[in-house]
Amino acid sequence: MLTLLFDGIAYGMLLFVLAVGLAVTLGLMNFVNLAHGAFAMAGGYVTVLLMDRAGVPFLATLPLAFLLPALVGAVAERLLYRPMYKRPHLDHVLFSIGLVFMTVAAVDWLVGSQQQIVKLPQWLQGRFEIADVGIGKYRLFIIVVCLLLTLMLQWVLGRTRFGSRLRAAVDDPRVAAGLGINVNQVFSITFAVGSGLAGLGGALGAEVLGLDPSFPLKFMIYFLIVVSVGGTTTITGPLLAALLLGIADVMGKYYVPQLGAFVVYLLMVVILFWRPQGLFGRGATR
Amino acid sequence: MHKRTTLRALAAATMTLGLGLAAQTASAADTGPIKIGLVLPMTGQQASTGRQIDAAVKLYMAQNNPVIGGRKVEVIVKDDASTPDQTRRLAQELVVNDKVVALAGFGITPSAMATAPIATQSKTPMVVMAAATSAITEASPYVVRTSFTLPQAAVAIAEWANKNGIKKVVSLVSDYGPGIDAEKYFADRITLNSGQVVDKLRTPLRAPDFAPVLQKVRDASPQALFVFLPSGQGAAFMKQFAERGLDKAGIRLIGTGDITDDDQLNDMGDVALGVVTSHHYAANHKSAVNQKFVEAFKKANNGMRPNFMAVGGYDGMRVIVEGLKASKGVGGDALLAGMKGQIFESPRGPVLIDAQTRDIVHDMYVRKVEKVGGELHNVEFDAIKAMKDPGKSK
Repeated sequence: MLTLLFDGIAYGMLLFVLAVGLAVTLGLMNFVNLAHGAFAMAGGYVTVLLMDRAGVPFLATLPLAFLLPALVGAVAERLLYRPMYKRPHLDHVLFSIGLVFMTVAAVDWLVGSQQQIVKLPQWLQGRFEIADVGIGKYRLFIIVVCLLLTLMLQWVLGRTRFGSRLRAAVDDPRVAAGLGINVNQVFSITFAVGSGLAGLGGALGAEVLGLDPSFPLKFMIYFLIVVSVGGTTTITGPLLAALLLGIADVMGKYYVPQLGAFVVYLLMVVILFWRPQGLFGRGATR
Repeated sequence: MHKRTTLRALAAATMTLGLGLAAQTASAADTGPIKIGLVLPMTGQQASTGRQIDAAVKLYMAQNNPVIGGRKVEVIVKDDASTPDQTRRLAQELVVNDKVVALAGFGITPSAMATAPIATQSKTPMVVMAAATSAITEASPYVVRTSFTLPQAAVAIAEWANKNGIKKVVSLVSDYGPGIDAEKYFADRITLNSGQVVDKLRTPLRAPDFAPVLQKVRDASPQALFVFLPSGQGAAFMKQFAERGLDKAGIRLIGTGDITDDDQLNDMGDVALGVVTSHHYAANHKSAVNQKFVEAFKKANNGMRPNFMAVGGYDGMRVIVEGLKASKGVGGDALLAGMKGQIFESPRGPVLIDAQTRDIVHDMYVRKVEKVGGELHNVEFDAIKAMKDPGKSK
C-alpha cells in the first residue's frame, strides 16, 4: 500500500516536472503550446545520446538536458513563437501541433524510431526497504530532484525581482514596458526556462516512461490534464494536480485494473465539473 | 441530339481506353517485372519490425536475384505506420494500380485482419511476415504465414514450466489480440498439467509505467511470472522487474521471446541474464544456414543483429519466390498452391508451410539469456520439434 503510494508520488513528481513548463507558458504567457512535449523529448534524447554515443555519465547529462532544450526554446521563441503571441488561440494550437509532427518525423529520421534505453549508474538501480515500504532508488532520486526544482521555482517566481517583472509583464505588457521592463526579454527567458524544465523532465522520465519519437504525442494528454486540473496561475496547483494524478493512476491500475488508465480521465472530469477553472485557478483570466 | 453525341463520344472513349488498358496489361504481363507489394510499419511504434523485415527482404533479393520466366521480381515497399486503415488502403492500391501478384509484410494483427478481405476478393495471396495472432490465417483462404503464432510460443514455455516444477504463476500480457492469445494458451497448458495461474494481469498497449502491475505480482508471490509484451517494451519492463526486486524475491521471469528480442537484447544490460523464454528464432541458433544468414545480414546492415521479425521476412520472401517458380510467374490460386506445403531449411531450422492451415510449422526452442563472447544472447537449450499452431486444433 505505502509502496504504491511512493510509486505514485514519484510518478506524479515526474509528471509535474514535465508539465510545469507548460503551466508557465500556458498560464503565465497565455500561449497554448502543444509542442511542449517536443522539448521534453529533446531532453530525453540529449541524455540518451550523450550516454550512449559519448559515454558521458548520467548525472552530467542532466544539466545539458536542461540547457540544450532551453537554448532551442529561446531560439524558437524568438523566431517562431513571438510572431504568434497576438494571434488567436486556435492559431497557437495549429501552429504548435504542426511543430510536434515535424519533430516526431525529424527524430524518427535522425535517430530512428526504436525505443531508447537509458543505462542508469549502479547506485541508482535497485531498491531498499524501510519498515516494509519498498523504495526504488531511482524513484527516490526523481522525488528529491523534483522537490528541489519546485522550491526553486516557487522562490524565483514569488521572491525575486525577475519573478515580479514576469508577473507584471503578464498582467499588462504595455504598462510593464512603460515602466522600463523589457517584456520581450522576460518572455524569452521564461519560455527558455519552461522548455529547459521540460527537457529535464524528459531526461529523468526516459527511464520510467520510455523514449521514442512518438513521445510528445503519447504524453501530451498527461501534460494537458495536469495543467488543466491544477490551474495555471500558481506552481503549487500543477504540483498537487500532478501528485494526485500520479497516485490515482498507480492506485487505479493496481486496485481496479479493469478501468486501466481510465481512472485519470474520470478524476479529471470530476474535478473539472467541480472547479472548471482548475484546483487553484483564479477564475477566467481576461 | 447533343446528348446523343456526347454519349457516343463517351462510349467510344471508354472503348479505346479499355482496349488500350487491356493491351497494355497484356504486354506488361509478358515482359515487365513480377511485382510483390510489401506493406510494413516503417515509422511509428512498430518501426523496428518494419526495419528488420525490410532489411531481410532486401538481403534475400540481393542473394538470389530471382528471375522467373525471363521476368525479374520486384518488391514495392509501402509504409503503413501500423495504422490498419492505411494498411488496407495501401494493399488495395498495390493490387489495383500496381497489379502485384502477392501482398506481404503486416506488422501487427489489426493490419493483417484489415487486409484479409482484399486478399479474398482479388484472389491475391497474402504472406504474413510478422503479426502472430492465431486467427489471422482463418481470416482469408489466401493468407500464408511465415512468422509464428503466439499460442505456439506460449504453450512451449508452459510445457517447460511444468517440467521444471513451476506450479504457481501469474501472467502479464499486453491487452490486445496476441496478448489475449498468449494469456489463454499459456493458462490452458499450465492448468492441464496441474499448475495454477493465480492472477491474470493485462496492461494497456501503451503502458507508460509498469509499477502497479509489478507490485501486484510481488504481492501474489508466484513461483514465476509469465510475460508477453510486444517487442520494444521488453527492455523497460525487465529493468522495472529488477528494480522492484522481484528477481530477489524468488520470482522467475519467463515469457515468449518477444521480451528478449534480439534487436534490443544487447542494450538491456545484465538484468536480462537468466530469463527463460520460448521462441522460434534466436540470432544465436546453431546451424550453418543461420550462421551464413546472420553474417550476411550484419554485413549488409551496419552490424544490426537480425531478430525473429527478420527471419519471418526472409522466409516469407523465399516462400513467395519459390511459389512463383512453381506457378511460372502466375499469381492468384496457382501461386497459392505453389506456396502451400513448402518444406525448407530456414535460418531458424526446418520449416513447413502446412497445406491445410497455411500456417507455419517449425521447432519451438526454449532459451535462456546468457553472455556469449561479451554479448547477450538467447541460448537455446531445449526444443519442441515441428510444432503446429495449437490454436488450429480446436
